[in-house]
Amino acid sequence: MKLTIGLSQINTVLGDVQANLEKHLEIAKQARSQGADLLVFPELSLTGYVLQDLVPTLAHRPNADDPVFRPLLAASQKIDMQVGFVEVDERRRFYIAAAYLSGGQVLHVHRKVYLPTYSMFDEGRFFAWGDSVRAFDTRFGRVGMLICEDFWHASPPYLLWLDGADIFLHMSASPGRGLNGSDRLESAAWVDHINAAYASLFTAFVAHANRVGYEDGLNFWGGSALYGPNGSLLVEGPMHEEALTLGEIDLTQLHHTRARLPLLRDERPGLVARELERILHSPNPNPGR
Amino acid sequence: MTDLTINPAVARKILTGWIRAEINRAGMQRAVVGLSGGLDSAMSCFLAAEALGPQNVLAVRMPYRTSSQDSLDDAQRVIDATGVQSATIEITPMAEPLLERFPDMTSLRRGNIMARMRMIVLYDQSAAFGGLVVGTGNKTEILLGYTTLYGDSACGLNPLGDLYKAQVRQLAAAMGVPESVRVKPPTADLWAGQTDEGELGFTYAEVDQLLYMLVDERATPEECVQAGYDEGFVRKVVDRIRRNHFKRVMPPIAKLSNRTVGYDFLYLRDWGT
Repeated sequence: MKLTIGLSQINTVLGDVQANLEKHLEIAKQARSQGADLLVFPELSLTGYVLQDLVPTLAHRPNADDPVFRPLLAASQKIDMQVGFVEVDERRRFYIAAAYLSGGQVLHVHRKVYLPTYSMFDEGRFFAWGDSVRAFDTRFGRVGMLICEDFWHASPPYLLWLDGADIFLHMSASPGRGLNGSDRLESAAWVDHINAAYASLFTAFVAHANRVGYEDGLNFWGGSALYGPNGSLLVEGPMHEEALTLGEIDLTQLHHTRARLPLLRDERPGLVARELERILHSPNPNPGR
Repeated sequence: MTDLTINPAVARKILTGWIRAEINRAGMQRAVVGLSGGLDSAMSCFLAAEALGPQNVLAVRMPYRTSSQDSLDDAQRVIDATGVQSATIEITPMAEPLLERFPDMTSLRRGNIMARMRMIVLYDQSAAFGGLVVGTGNKTEILLGYTTLYGDSACGLNPLGDLYKAQVRQLAAAMGVPESVRVKPPTADLWAGQTDEGELGFTYAEVDQLLYMLVDERATPEECVQAGYDEGFVRKVVDRIRRNHFKRVMPPIAKLSNRTVGYDFLYLRDWGT
């Protein structure tokens, strides 16, 4: 089975959900007309990234009663979409979330489980921590979604892999930093490096959509990319410019790669679980030394 | 030796895009730059001209009667090279009455008055021309506090503030800033023969390296001494960074209410744009 994935690296209007929604709908149309089956947007694509005290005013619930999700769900009749938004739960906690929309339905919502609260980041001050990492079924097979810092940690992609994901959808609003002599910022090089590594280690497809534009002094570097099960880069978006980058993937590649390299077959989650249990329950589980 | 090499093409793309985006978000298309004849203001002028188009940039030369002719000439070279609009507004007749009122004034006070006089002129031109003032302070001088608060540090946005002097030099070379501007010793040009390095007591080449280690790499002063830096030099620089922090932050507001600007009223300047 073949499918075309669209990586939509957009700029956003900070705190203007309506303006960002219109851009999503426009790009969905454009992507569909160019033959895309699945469209991936960046982290917090409906709101912008450094939201701070705007968070409670921009929150939505991903269902057909919501004025923002209603048109997005309608658009998902023609193209599957992963969008980034601020989710509020029934008890008024706010999450950085990703929703997968298909055929007018919300197939899955992922709440960011790792909120960077260090250096220039302050997410833990404004958002609640997600508490689960689950793969889910789509018309293209089993998929897993992660948001930025989630995949800076090795465990969430690993869990998704064990939960059956063969297509990883990673979304970021990654601020560019680490200017040196290279043609890539350090942050861009690092993210590319680990996404290629996940594709290789999990013999899976990894699609990464990253934002562009600026918020105050921060720049977002774009460079959205798609990797195949051999770890190779399939397509890549430009740096620092808005773009819709399409890449066709052939799911039979999973068959070929895993016949050659049976990492998934040989993985031993039982061993991992036993050793984790032991580590967590040892008398001194996390020694500060 | 710390490697302060930057890729100028990456910096150029980010910074020109940023100047354009942030000025547009402020509802404007134009910029105003005070041009001293030195490297930093030339750099900001080049970046603004590329970001906005030279016709949308006003470069203002603001000599005082003791300013050197070399500075004026070098500023003119930048104006010619970029094709920006320009104006020359002498600050002597504005500064003189205040300077004459206090004949025993220290050179620090005199320098501050000139820097702030230039700020007044620039902000007035900002309103007249309809452009944001683009700052010219580099990371080295911001960290050392080698700047006049509400004077040369005053701006609407600053594209150079995260580049050390050595890195501004690399970007300037790549973007074609005239050589005479790039090779001359940095100076505030407040009196004849003044140089930054003479006043600071160390060279940019030395202090850029040390600052990178202290700030970017988060090394302790002790680790810098162990790495071979003179202890007195390290202490002097660390002390300057700390003492001048007030120039890098907004003045604190005394908190009384439940929600206070600066503490828990948190929005980016780009809010809504």
